[in-house]
Amino acid sequence: MQLGNLLHDLEQSIPAERLLRRPAQMTPYESDALTAFRARPAAVVLAETQDEVIQTVRLCHQYDVPFVARGSGTSLSGGSLPVEDGVVIALNRLNRILRLDPTQRIAVVEPGVINLDVSRAAAPHGLYYAPDPSSQLICTIGGNVAFNSGGAHCLKYGMTANHVLGIKAVLPDGEIVQLGGASLEVVGPDLTGFFVGSEGLFGVALEITLRLLPKPELYRTVLAAYDSLEAAGEAVARVVASGLLPGAMEIMDALAIEAAEAAVHAGYPRDAAALLIVELEGERIQVEAEFAHLLQVIEASGPKTVTVAKDDADRARIWKGRKSAFSAVGRLSPDYLVQDGVVPRSRLGEALATIERLSRAHQLRVANVFHAGDGNLHPLILFNGRVPGELERAEALAGEIIRMCIDLGGSITGEHGVGMEKRQHMPAMFTETDLAVMAELRRALDPGEIANRGKMFPSGEAPTLRSHGPHPLERQGLISRE
Amino acid sequence: MSATTTIAPANLEEVQTAICAHERLVVRGGGTKPALSTTDDGATVLATHRLTGIVEYTPGEFVFTARAGTPLQEIAATLAEHGQYLPFDPPLVAAGATLGGTIAAGLSGSGRQRYGGVRDFLIGVRFVDGQGRLVRGGGKVVKNAAGFDLPRLFVGSIGRLGVVVEASFKVFPQPSQYATVRAPQLTLDDALATIARLNRSTFDLEAVDLLIEDGAPVLYIRQGGLATTLAARQQSLLTWLGGGAPLADEAAFWADANAFAWVPADCTLVKTPLTLHTIPVLEQVLHAHGAQRRYFGGGAAVWIAWTGELDTLDAFLTTLQLSGLILRGAAPWPFIGARPGATLAARVKRVLDPTNRFPTL
Ligand SMILES: Cc1cc2nc3c(=O)[nH]c(=O)nc-3n(C[C@H](O)[C@H](O)[C@H](O)COP(=O)(O)OP(=O)(O)OC[C@H]3O[C@@H](n4cnc5c(N)ncnc54)[C@H](O)[C@@H]3O)c2cc1C
Repeated sequence: MQLGNLLHDLEQSIPAERLLRRPAQMTPYESDALTAFRARPAAVVLAETQDEVIQTVRLCHQYDVPFVARGSGTSLSGGSLPVEDGVVIALNRLNRILRLDPTQRIAVVEPGVINLDVSRAAAPHGLYYAPDPSSQLICTIGGNVAFNSGGAHCLKYGMTANHVLGIKAVLPDGEIVQLGGASLEVVGPDLTGFFVGSEGLFGVALEITLRLLPKPELYRTVLAAYDSLEAAGEAVARVVASGLLPGAMEIMDALAIEAAEAAVHAGYPRDAAALLIVELEGERIQVEAEFAHLLQVIEASGPKTVTVAKDDADRARIWKGRKSAFSAVGRLSPDYLVQDGVVPRSRLGEALATIERLSRAHQLRVANVFHAGDGNLHPLILFNGRVPGELERAEALAGEIIRMCIDLGGSITGEHGVGMEKRQHMPAMFTETDLAVMAELRRALDPGEIANRGKMFPSGEAPTLRSHGPHPLERQGLISRE
Repeated sequence: MSATTTIAPANLEEVQTAICAHERLVVRGGGTKPALSTTDDGATVLATHRLTGIVEYTPGEFVFTARAGTPLQEIAATLAEHGQYLPFDPPLVAAGATLGGTIAAGLSGSGRQRYGGVRDFLIGVRFVDGQGRLVRGGGKVVKNAAGFDLPRLFVGSIGRLGVVVEASFKVFPQPSQYATVRAPQLTLDDALATIARLNRSTFDLEAVDLLIEDGAPVLYIRQGGLATTLAARQQSLLTWLGGGAPLADEAAFWADANAFAWVPADCTLVKTPLTLHTIPVLEQVLHAHGAQRRYFGGGAAVWIAWTGELDTLDAFLTTLQLSGLILRGAAPWPFIGARPGATLAARVKRVLDPTNRFPTL
């Protein structure tokens, strides 16, 4: 590693005000939304052009210095945590929508474009960008691509990967590649799909071609309250099995309901142990007919109460409660851990019962607010880092939940990625050979392992967590998580 | 073509042994896309027809896992018993296409219009690479962000990175009824404008195909859903289009499309991904050469039945920055035209198949 040479060369090509070196300047870049981890980089490059990114990557390659691409730093798995004494390439300023073609229904964007800004730009054409992470006010398309991010409305049309058609990227050794293009179809291996979800290990996405969808003609939303979390989970299995295809299907438990009510007065029934939100979307005539069927299925699942959104305002209120639930729950406790795991949808009831049992056994409160329709759990483990032993108990509980997901045939992450946080769980999901092949693929693109070194792959020392807390932006009320 | 030997391993271990025992191998599923598995250099054919069967299917989960050689027909029939289907509409079902062959060819049919292509439904693969290693990527749940997306890497890899032995897919409930509108268009420009308008409309469409019938463009627009609302939905589509008529026997029409019944026996069948903007120029070339063609996926791609010199088409596609995959007909290599990402593909190939046991990708 020749850090001195690298910094010298960077000074030649990046204006001083955009090449951060002083600790005070770099503090905001020292961690991401997994605030337990912190690392000080040697420099932060605030790139404004694709060329600057390419140059920085090439210099890092030449001098064998690790780099981490960074969007808005909202990763919940430590994905955008800097490498100590490495370079952070901050992409927030690379935020132009280069092309929006309503005829072709695509948008070509730079990586620093904010997720929601794509939908905003597309709205005048009756189009939108479907993946809607709750961080969509702030997270970038580059970060979404790196993590194959999801959201509440990914049930029908899929996650980020289903909406990315093409990527121009600089590989960690400086080569520029164009993967895919503007068409929905490709021939040859789906390299665009291979790049999505690579967690910043395959280099930096410079230009991303996104597929836009027409806004549905009608949404119909129902809110059902249940006596137990398990019953709500079983209702999800019933809806899935009924042959209906909702656009969103979300669950909140008592703790989350209480917190959401206190925060935004969503009008949720307060005495319920669990709430299920199901939303249909599509052509009016079809949705109305399907909705009648949905209500029958819900009625048959033994709910306490069923509330149907009467108008857009009602619908907005239901979603507001849901979307604010996470940060609202966060306020109930000094510290919390967000877990992200997946179980088969038919085993949701069982999984939720197990989480309740584990919560009692570890004497820690767990709130559940999650994407039930695709079996993606987000248990939020509440603890107080000042009470000796609580952090360790919270971690143990989180670990047991992840093991449960694996035992039920699910996954260690549905959308937050492996990052730093889940590295040590990879061997529980993949064989040694699987991991060896993935590592070889990585080295084929990045022989020096300079891109996001230390992430995704299990390694010797797993740094211990300190206490958790909300992301600075959450504290400011700018974003909420799910 | 020299005589070729065929081996047909019956299980995973036999696949691994076979790969290690043969220096040059070509994988073949149902053989319905023969240009993807031609051998003219004495390579051994590894056939997957003994690697069959649905391994796991819980209808309530809307996910199944099957061995690579399983015919799509068997999968479709099993899914249909539970009112489910493969939404990406893989071609050549009746002709005997297999699940593995469909992944490897990366093919989706007209039905991809509604929810997406094969890449959007494959959630997990197990494959044996060129070094005989058994590797798994993805999983068996509909959402999963752990590890690199090897399933997608294998979509379109035409058996040149490894042999897919098992795959998991998510599936959807099948519309209980379908209806199709046939809408002739005055000019190509009109047809493309209508497609663009349809693509941006709030109609939920199962398929939007553009055919050239006796030199004139004709759109075939398919809707699907609840039997109780379909007639009304079709009526509103017809009103919106301001023309067109319901197509009688629409099931047969789409079955013919799936079977490439319109493709003459002696021509080269090519798939080319497109955007609406590229169609007018390509259309001139295809028209001038008398090639039959069928656009599908709302202008996302075209099937070309080419009868001229392949080099001519190759040159045209290259000029237009389009790529082509040859499915049928004599071709030394199945790719023509532009190859975005070829260097990355080559790097991946060196990892999974360093001795080039499988043909060049
Ligand atoms: C309150 C809150 C709510 C959230 N809700 C959701 C949710 O609903 N669904 C969900 O999926 N996630 C959610 N997340 C997680 C997070 O927002 C997503 O992972 C998001 O995609 C990260 O985007 P970012 O711009 O902040 O990326 P960063 O955190 O800056 O980076 C994330 C990863 O992407 C890499 N990266 C960034 N840009 C590029 C690029 N151009 N090329 C290559 N790699 C790059 C980084 O190296 C890093 O590994 C939430 C997070 C918070 C804090």
